[in-house]
Amino acid sequence: MYTQALNTAETDDRGLEDASKAAQFQARIDAEERIEPNDWMPAAYRKTLTRQISQHAHSEIVGMLPEGNWITRAPSLRRKAALLAKVQDECGHGLYLYAAAETLGTSREDLVDAMLAGKAKYSSIFNYPTLTWADIGTIGWLVDGAAIMNQIPLCRCSYGPYARAMIRVCKEESFHQRQGYEIMLTLCRGSDEQKAMAQDALDRWWWPVLMMFGPPDAASQHSDISTKWKIKRFSNDELRQKFVDATAPQAQYLGLTIPDPGMTQDAEGHWRYSEIDWTEFKQVLAGNGPCNRDRMAARRKSHDEGAWVREAAAAYAAKRAQRQTAQAAE
Amino acid sequence: MATPNTPLWEVFIRSRNGLAHKHVGSLHASDTTMALQAARDIYTRRGEGLSIWVVPSTAITASDPAEKGMMFEPAESKIYRHPTFYEVPEEVGHM
Repeated sequence: MYTQALNTAETDDRGLEDASKAAQFQARIDAEERIEPNDWMPAAYRKTLTRQISQHAHSEIVGMLPEGNWITRAPSLRRKAALLAKVQDECGHGLYLYAAAETLGTSREDLVDAMLAGKAKYSSIFNYPTLTWADIGTIGWLVDGAAIMNQIPLCRCSYGPYARAMIRVCKEESFHQRQGYEIMLTLCRGSDEQKAMAQDALDRWWWPVLMMFGPPDAASQHSDISTKWKIKRFSNDELRQKFVDATAPQAQYLGLTIPDPGMTQDAEGHWRYSEIDWTEFKQVLAGNGPCNRDRMAARRKSHDEGAWVREAAAAYAAKRAQRQTAQAAE
Repeated sequence: MATPNTPLWEVFIRSRNGLAHKHVGSLHASDTTMALQAARDIYTRRGEGLSIWVVPSTAITASDPAEKGMMFEPAESKIYRHPTFYEVPEEVGHM
């Protein structure tokens, strides 16, 4: 998921580029053709996508942290195996996405460095802590649910490698959401304490999850060009509404209460939610969420501690290549 | 000394239905052994295939998308290469 803050397209600089090439490019987009890595594309399209796809990749990788927190404490072997597989999937998603981003001409090493240097963002949602086991259920149910809402339209994104990566990701994401909902269902059918734990997790995650879809349409200024380029197919508010409509009955089935007393269903069946606290969202994006520092510290530590592995693998490959050349010369 | 960037590989997988190896994506690995292992971990977590090929991305020569008009035009103008070009009376039946 996790492309929320990333919907800010670069300013359109096509005036500086070959106008006929730009027109041909837009005509291809309008005809629903996919743009492939070696095709001509406006510099701003390349830059916007590099940022969006790499931030999406960073989010998948950082997203492993809040869930990894519970692998050793999962309540049963079945839950543990499932969570381990889910976290491994998130890693895979990050790797598909880095590969897609790289086709635009920036190396994975540079993309990762930008993230570690704090120059590239990741989804705000992963800056919240996972305090109880019910948080793992809630993340699968709501965070992955929101991710699916956002990612399904990306399967038709104009950039071929991104669209193809999203198809793989979406297929796997559905297991994530179902395993999360099953955890919630088990808790809600359990003791009063377990049900209270489920309700507490929903109370804490609900609003941050709604923020995952990004700023309200009225406030997001750069969506137009992303829509024109068919990177974005639905607005933030449209996706958020779809998500709320899909989730409200699921919460009812669990017997949980969405922490929004103002929520009502309108005549058309849409669930209308209350105003979102965008100051919190801005604070989290600015680095002041509950876990921003922890997440960055964990990523940097892991990157630094893995340095010797990368060095050893490179040295070994170089030695083998040298030996092969020497043997060939004999 | 800075570690060089890890080379990129393209991954091809043959699914269990016996079709040809199909491109599924790419990955980074420092050598062939690690590329195969990473391909297994990244691209076959759900029984997607029975055989994997990994090819260094630098070994691929691609046609130029800017030249695709000229490159593929000869195929487009030769409709007599398709079976539907030929008339067979209905009485003859399926052919």
